[in-house]
Amino acid sequence: MRTISADEITKKVRQLCMDASYDLSPDVENALKSAMKKEISPTGKEILRQILENSEIARKESMPMCQDTGFSVFFVDIGEDAHVDGNISEAINKGVSQGYKEGYLRKSVLKDPVQGGNTGDNTPAIIYYDFVPGDKIKIVALPKGGGSENMSAIRMGKPADGAEGVIDFVVQKVSEAGPNPCPPIVVGVGIGGTFERCAMMAKKSLLRPLGEPNPDPFYADMEKTIMEKVNNLGIGPQGLGGITTCLGVSILAHPRHIASFPMAVNIECHAHRHKEIVI
Amino acid sequence: MAEHKINTPLTDEILDKLKAGDTLFITGTIYTARDAAHKKLVDALDSGEGLPFDIKGQILYYVGPSPAKPGQVIGSAGPTTSGRMDSYTPRLLDEGLKGMIGKGLRGKDVVDSMVKNGAIYMAAVGGAAALISKRIARAEAIAYEDLGPEAVRKLEVKDFPVIVVIDKDGNDLYSIGRKEYENRLHEATG
Repeated sequence: MRTISADEITKKVRQLCMDASYDLSPDVENALKSAMKKEISPTGKEILRQILENSEIARKESMPMCQDTGFSVFFVDIGEDAHVDGNISEAINKGVSQGYKEGYLRKSVLKDPVQGGNTGDNTPAIIYYDFVPGDKIKIVALPKGGGSENMSAIRMGKPADGAEGVIDFVVQKVSEAGPNPCPPIVVGVGIGGTFERCAMMAKKSLLRPLGEPNPDPFYADMEKTIMEKVNNLGIGPQGLGGITTCLGVSILAHPRHIASFPMAVNIECHAHRHKEIVI
Repeated sequence: MAEHKINTPLTDEILDKLKAGDTLFITGTIYTARDAAHKKLVDALDSGEGLPFDIKGQILYYVGPSPAKPGQVIGSAGPTTSGRMDSYTPRLLDEGLKGMIGKGLRGKDVVDSMVKNGAIYMAAVGGAAALISKRIARAEAIAYEDLGPEAVRKLEVKDFPVIVVIDKDGNDLYSIGRKEYENRLHEATG
């Protein structure tokens, strides 16, 4: 058993929140650069150039790439042989509070969904835990902006829908979203499981780095098909027309009930903020 | 698709020249307002209290900036999704609002009201918030400060870059641009 200090978790999470907002991840930067080369719309090309210039300013000046610094979402893998000398959820939330206050990040969380009232420090975070072999803790931050999150959807489909049904659903949702989620987007897809698991998988699928194909060739193929169909919609950068609508598609599948066929799509904006640390 | 440098407030003479697809560099005063501020603005009209600033010929920028660091005029300040303001917008257009900056689709009621009132809708690049903040020379909260990032701010901007998405005749670049490239892509793939 290895003991990990709660204070260290707080310190690391504080930094993760800032890094995710200031520092465009290399996989996203590469995808945007190659999209800029390929884009045929002059407006689209210029928008991609501005997005990349923006990321340079943000990195250099340690300021948020986007003013919507998101709802703080974390995926945490806890090693079975790791022990935290305190409450891990509290430690993470303390890190969020410090990171958002000291990093000049926007506090976008309301205390009550109906009655409002800002919590003042962007807590509480949304945290998902998994137990894995080993004695380490891996924390992935995926701060999620409202504009793209709002364009997400879930459908309790019929088993007869099959792969085609999922592809049509995802393409339809992206098509309806148009310019709203800040394209070029990243598309996360969940298939199977229960209602809530399916939605969660759509988000979790986004943890796979851009450009890395699905390890399952069947789903790798499906991802390719969705990507082509989405990019053929013509939505383009910021929805003003072009051939770059989507930077990547990622699917997570899970066993399902014989009667159910849930499918979910979670849309990410072009910043696709994600940062991770292993303690 | 022309490029124009314009100064605020927007006059009919300026608005007549601007077409969907044009790039604009705006200099002058603009006002910020997003979800909660819109509700308050319309409530203020309904109650007869009146708006906290003269909206005639003005531009509203849909933004909730991140906090400014010491020495900064404003934090990152990119556009938010405009559609959430749709239910309030026609009322403000009727009061003389002439321009809106945001991102994303507008509803039919808004476009109809824009055509009726001769106003335009512009997009700033969503997510280019650090870059955009460099074009804001001054920022001052002038109303609803209790709303934090959602307070109404008066901004002085210099060569603030936007693209005209919907012009005063109702032409919409979101559908024109998308159709153009959708057609091209279909031709290319057969």
